[in-house]
Amino acid sequence: MNVFAVPAELDVQVVDRVLDVAGQTKTEQTLFDARHVRWIDPSGMIGLLVAGAVIKKRGGSARLQLPDNSDVVAYLKRMGFFREATGIFEILGRVPKRASGSSGVLLEVTPITANADVHAVIDDVQKRAGRILASRLGYPATSVVQFSVILSEVCQNIVEHAEGPGWVAAQAYNWTKRLGRYVVVLSVMDVGRGFRHSLNDEHAARYGDRWGDATALEAAFLHGLTRFPDSGRGQGIQQIRRQVQRWNGSITIRSGSARIAQVPEWDSAAPLVDGLEIFPGAQISIILPALT
Amino acid sequence: MNLTPLMIDVGVLVGKTVTSLHFHLVTRPTGRAVRMAIEAQLARAGGQSISVIDLSDVTILDFSCADEVVAKLLQGHLKTELYEAFFMFRGVRESHRDQIQVVLERQALSAVAETDTGERKLLGVVDAYEARVWQYLEDQGPLVVEDFEIVFPEPMLGDALDRLRGRRVIFSNPVSGQYHALSQLVQELL
Repeated sequence: MNVFAVPAELDVQVVDRVLDVAGQTKTEQTLFDARHVRWIDPSGMIGLLVAGAVIKKRGGSARLQLPDNSDVVAYLKRMGFFREATGIFEILGRVPKRASGSSGVLLEVTPITANADVHAVIDDVQKRAGRILASRLGYPATSVVQFSVILSEVCQNIVEHAEGPGWVAAQAYNWTKRLGRYVVVLSVMDVGRGFRHSLNDEHAARYGDRWGDATALEAAFLHGLTRFPDSGRGQGIQQIRRQVQRWNGSITIRSGSARIAQVPEWDSAAPLVDGLEIFPGAQISIILPALT
Repeated sequence: MNLTPLMIDVGVLVGKTVTSLHFHLVTRPTGRAVRMAIEAQLARAGGQSISVIDLSDVTILDFSCADEVVAKLLQGHLKTELYEAFFMFRGVRESHRDQIQVVLERQALSAVAETDTGERKLLGVVDAYEARVWQYLEDQGPLVVEDFEIVFPEPMLGDALDRLRGRRVIFSNPVSGQYHALSQLVQELL
């Protein structure tokens, strides 16, 4: 059995390590040992779900040892993590009956498999998004519309391109160490076929030997290519990038062995990384910082 | 002038398409279903029609739906010779505008929009001269060419009017020779 020690602070910055496990594991049993987790964000939660789902998809099995810290477990409950995790993991530890935790929950862990799920997410987020974006980030009241448009487009990416299930979650929290201010983290991941395979039939031949995960991400992220011949397609990611840039936020997409990012001045991430552990599916992370 | 007027409430069509308490025009299949419902109404109207596509009740409009309900709707009707359809989009909020502008630019289209405050604008691909000609008609119309020539003596006026007519953001009456702003037609007919 593989044992993976889940990082104590499982957030958007270290979730790669969880996704790497999904890439490496074949069909064996894997234990995600989360006993020492003290902090987890939406990317961490969905990363765990995706890693477990990938292992299960390959015929393996995944176990999750719950954190010792009861606040973290209660927060996982609050975020709806266990609703999804029980179908993926054999859970070791006691799931609390009651939820507790942050008031910055913008969107609980929500599965996305069909367009109706996207509608439900957009309906759901209206309840809290306006208040949180205004009070935590200092964004204007109208920003809830742009946020909803971003959310709709990233969720549709799962339904239209991934052809596999995925999850979305969003949370506002104080990113004290990194930025000294509040951020909203929006995380969307799927266990579908990834960008390269989605674009392969339509575009691979044109790229010849250069075709790979990194070029596929560049094609979609920078040039708006999609597998559909319709010229009206491919605007979603382009416009998300534009809006995220207006808010001085960051957006990264990891798929296959590559990751591409639009990097604001406060971030030191590389704009393009190749040679990562193969991750089937796609991971989209958006970080929106509070206005200074 | 034998234009059939149509008033199409997109909020109602969204309500028939998805089970939701809110009128969010999101996801491509929803946009496609709404566009097809509009097209069915237009097909019944036949001949020449002018439609007010009312977005007043739409809270969230994403890019996929803007592409379907605005760009593809216009594009489809510019191509067909079966009937001549004119559109004015009503209740366009500031929060819709970016999405509509982007999808129109992408397909090199233009559209007449009436904002939620009642202001009329030409969105999409339009040069400054065309915009001025369009605005003049909007403010002063109906007009014949000679009326325009008083304010726009440039030789390029004719081409600008042809382009605006070709994109169906103005209406030209072949009998009277008058040009009409779509908003004026809507006021008269609806």
